[in-house]
Amino acid sequence: MIVRKAALTPVRYLGDTLKEFAWHTQRYFALMWRTIHATVTRPFYSGDLAVQLDSIGVGSIGIVILTGLFTGMVLALQSAVEMRQFGATIYIGRLVGASTVRELGPVLTALMVTGRAGSGIAAEIGAMRVTEQVDALKTMGVDPVRKLVTPRFVACLIALPLLTIITDLVAIFGGLLIAIVKLDLTFDLYIRSVYVTLADSGFVLQYIPVDFIGGVIVKPVFFGAIIAITSCYYGLSTRGGTEGVGRAATGAVVTSSIFILATDYFLTQLLIALLIE
Amino acid sequence: MSDRRDPLWDSGHLRIEREEARRLMELGRSRVEDGADGPVISLQDLALHFSDHVVLDGISLDVTSGETVCILGGSGAGKSTILRLILGLIRPDGGRIIVRGEDVATASRDELLQLRRDMGMVFQQAALFDSLTVYDNVGFYLHEHEDLREDEVGERIDETLRMVDLDPDQVSELLPAELSGGMKKRVGLARALIHQPSILLYDEPTSGLDPITTRTIDDLILKLQRDLGVTSIVVTHDIRSAFRIGNRVALLFDGQIMFQGTPEEMMDSDEGYVREFLH
Repeated sequence: MIVRKAALTPVRYLGDTLKEFAWHTQRYFALMWRTIHATVTRPFYSGDLAVQLDSIGVGSIGIVILTGLFTGMVLALQSAVEMRQFGATIYIGRLVGASTVRELGPVLTALMVTGRAGSGIAAEIGAMRVTEQVDALKTMGVDPVRKLVTPRFVACLIALPLLTIITDLVAIFGGLLIAIVKLDLTFDLYIRSVYVTLADSGFVLQYIPVDFIGGVIVKPVFFGAIIAITSCYYGLSTRGGTEGVGRAATGAVVTSSIFILATDYFLTQLLIALLIE
Repeated sequence: MSDRRDPLWDSGHLRIEREEARRLMELGRSRVEDGADGPVISLQDLALHFSDHVVLDGISLDVTSGETVCILGGSGAGKSTILRLILGLIRPDGGRIIVRGEDVATASRDELLQLRRDMGMVFQQAALFDSLTVYDNVGFYLHEHEDLREDEVGERIDETLRMVDLDPDQVSELLPAELSGGMKKRVGLARALIHQPSILLYDEPTSGLDPITTRTIDDLILKLQRDLGVTSIVVTHDIRSAFRIGNRVALLFDGQIMFQGTPEEMMDSDEGYVREFLH
């Protein structure tokens, strides 16, 4: 009898874990659906949206500038080591431009915003949850999803593409610095090289490079949605006082980061299939 | 004779409580007679459990118009859970919660938001919005739901703050972090009152307060009860407060209501747990 009980314990544990996973998944997507619904129906909280745009968007400009600058510089520096062997340093602009716009720009921006703003969103809403402020909203006939989640969601959708553009431009500038100072390339040669790689992918509406559609619009919008929903979900699910707030902030950053990296792979596959092949 | 058996009852303090309880009972009776069209809040065979732990097991309680019912019980007895159920913040596993003829347990999200607009809740830790001033906290409901000019909103806020014995000129611009415990409770009460709800729910309104501030908050609840005639449920573990402000009291233990009746009836009860709780 004892043996049978011991044997069942891991099975029961696995069952409980799966049930909990399914429960969280269901609630996560329910929150996503309710947020999207609240985004397109009244009432709108434009004042709260402005505050969140300032906090998430304007507040993250400094960190994405630094991220972009050093990423562009190190990318140019590392590539130069290999490309020098083949006398191909003139293609540094192509490499920096393509990898930044397609991958590093959107992904690094999203990861930095997750670390800075995502943890803040989870901690703020989590603190509101454990001090019953979220319940207070409900008792006053206010839907917390509309009041707390939707402004952060819309702010992320707007801010992420704009921040990604900043990261891309600064990274290309960082690469330019290295190209001029260390590799003796000219400004004209580097910029032309960047342009050629973007033009290679073709244009949409005559002037917009196809790479921009994926790297500056599609990916950042998805990543923004992931950051907002995941962070708000962790915040609204917070239990257990200040310790719970800490756990919510950490959980929001870790989960958002994993979701961003996984989504990036699938989006890249999809974009290649739709836009390039 | 029953008074003699109870050492608490012999203390001068509780004798005063008994006189007050009698006076409040009279007030309660007149209100019930005025609005005798059934209970405003009716809990019917309410059950709730979390995992294997039974929180509420067949709770039934009616609250009539203008009445103040105090729910007493030890820590973790499920007192605050009853308020959360009435507000529809959690759903019961069984039973019905009828508020003004609507079943909260089966109401949709939108119906709940509407129902809650006729209720005010005073939270245990006040639950004031950290980032908003006292003015914005108290005026939150008006800014959200009513189409008023800012000067009209300001007037209502000042009037409500005065009602809870706060000076609007001194506190309006303060943030919650700058308020004392008693002031936070009063601001929380003002916020719950601003839209003149007909039902007020208090979650431990005097917990963590010194005896003098406790008395002040109790007097405030009595004043609101007299002046506005709201229907109230007060969750507390403070027997003295309950006897001071409640028309009726209900004692919760082990997920069940062990006793309900007037404060005097509770004092005279011979039931084991009631006597134990009173001691």
